[in-house]
Amino acid sequence: MAKKRRDAAVVGIYEWPKRVDPSVSAMQIKAASIRRALEDAGLDWKDIDAIYDAGDGEGGGGLGLAAYLGVRPTVIDTTQVGGSSYEFQAAHALRDIAAGKADVAVLSYGSKAATQRIPIGTGGRGVGGNWQGNMEIPYGATLISNYAMVATRHMHQYGTTSEQLAEISVATRAHAMRNPEAVQAMADLQFVGVNEITVDDVLNSRMIADPLHLLECCMVSDGGGAAIIVSGDVAKKTKKKPVWILGSGEATSYRTNDGDITVSAGAQSAPIAFGEADVKPKDVDIAMIYDSFSITVAVCLEDLGFCKKGEVGDYVKGGVLRWDKKGAPALNTDGGGLSSNHPGMRGLFLLLESVRQLRGESTSQVPNAKLAVAHGNGGLLGATHTGGTVILAAD
Amino acid sequence: MPNRPQPQFPELDSQPFWEGAKNGELRYQTCDDCKEVVFYPRAHCTKCGSGKTTWRTSKGTGTIYTYSVVRQNRSPAFADLGAYAVAYVDVDEGFRMLTNIVGVDDPTKQIKVGMKVKVEFEKQDSGEYPIPVFRPA
Ligand SMILES: [Zn+2]
Repeated sequence: MAKKRRDAAVVGIYEWPKRVDPSVSAMQIKAASIRRALEDAGLDWKDIDAIYDAGDGEGGGGLGLAAYLGVRPTVIDTTQVGGSSYEFQAAHALRDIAAGKADVAVLSYGSKAATQRIPIGTGGRGVGGNWQGNMEIPYGATLISNYAMVATRHMHQYGTTSEQLAEISVATRAHAMRNPEAVQAMADLQFVGVNEITVDDVLNSRMIADPLHLLECCMVSDGGGAAIIVSGDVAKKTKKKPVWILGSGEATSYRTNDGDITVSAGAQSAPIAFGEADVKPKDVDIAMIYDSFSITVAVCLEDLGFCKKGEVGDYVKGGVLRWDKKGAPALNTDGGGLSSNHPGMRGLFLLLESVRQLRGESTSQVPNAKLAVAHGNGGLLGATHTGGTVILAAD
Repeated sequence: MPNRPQPQFPELDSQPFWEGAKNGELRYQTCDDCKEVVFYPRAHCTKCGSGKTTWRTSKGTGTIYTYSVVRQNRSPAFADLGAYAVAYVDVDEGFRMLTNIVGVDDPTKQIKVGMKVKVEFEKQDSGEYPIPVFRPA
């Protein structure tokens, strides 16, 4: 591996432990998570000089969050590109810190999607009165059906099967069962079975939007968390070993008249990130990939370069994505959005579990994990979406 | 009659498309400068940035690029429909549109990628704009 870039590092993390929590607001989750992440880093509230915020929470965003926290940052970044917002924000924090504009950057997230019973996947999509919405709202394309249309096309072009996609759900659940917070989450959200699952279990779960079954869809939870990203100088005096951000890539993609919807924005963002980090997909120990649905992971595994386009069906066979199997990086070792935590924008948790793995703190710890990729997919796969790729390395 | 959500106006990009739908026309744009097909509607060409486009009317035939059968939609306009098929149809003039596939008894079994389809304009209880959907040709 090339010499590591040491401009910016993640030094503090916190993930809100409960996935159904009527006792707190989203803003309280954000503020409390920031406090705990600062404690994890050994830093103080007054050290914050940059905030990155996707506008989540009650009265937050670029105008509200600093005021709510009671801090006076000199970098305010309100990047909101869906669930991958946090990979974009980490990329911007790296850039801002490297440019000398910030030393202690805070990313935070809070959501009450479960308590408020927000039907993220199966609600009516979009609003009319704009150029896209007016062409789409009459057709009842739920969020899930957008992803499902990618799966249909992938199956058509490459012969991919539901059995193969189910491997992603199976591996992720195995990781969730090792994570006590994920186990509690599934119990609190009244999953039918809080246990490891098989490919047949996935195929026998009810169809939500063909060809995607219930067990290929992420949960809708409450939750949130925070991450503290600091300069190399600050990282010298933090409590735990820093996790370095080696590179990042950002991209967007959308429906076009002749595009291939089996290719995501990740095909553009990942080469930028790997190039900047000067590492290759085969070097990666941990793949934290946004698992809104099985197909999201499948497409992104291809687009990030872990296997060729169209070959993911063979690639995921035999449980190779499990933390304790060789042949592929360990996938979503916290239990993922499928089985641990998905309050709507999961991107932050991709960073948090990457950091846990590279510190040696995961509940499905890969021995000697050195390199992780966090890849967020925001918006609607198959339609307008973003890809944000962040490469992280152990100290 | 169906009760689908209606497009909402004022909305300057899609208004001509929907006025066409009232007359049973499936409309799209081409660029005057580079001939690119522009869809969804907008006031510039997405290939060259030209501000000069011309509205045209499609023959209304095409091919299913992909689809999904929605089994669950909590939105009231769709909750009672039963399973229905959303799809991208590649219309023969060279644009891909989100739509629904109608006119099949069992959408979970009778719809295939590559199937030839043709447009029809479905009148709505919800308002004055009929919605272009497709059925097997
Ligand atoms: Zn043009």
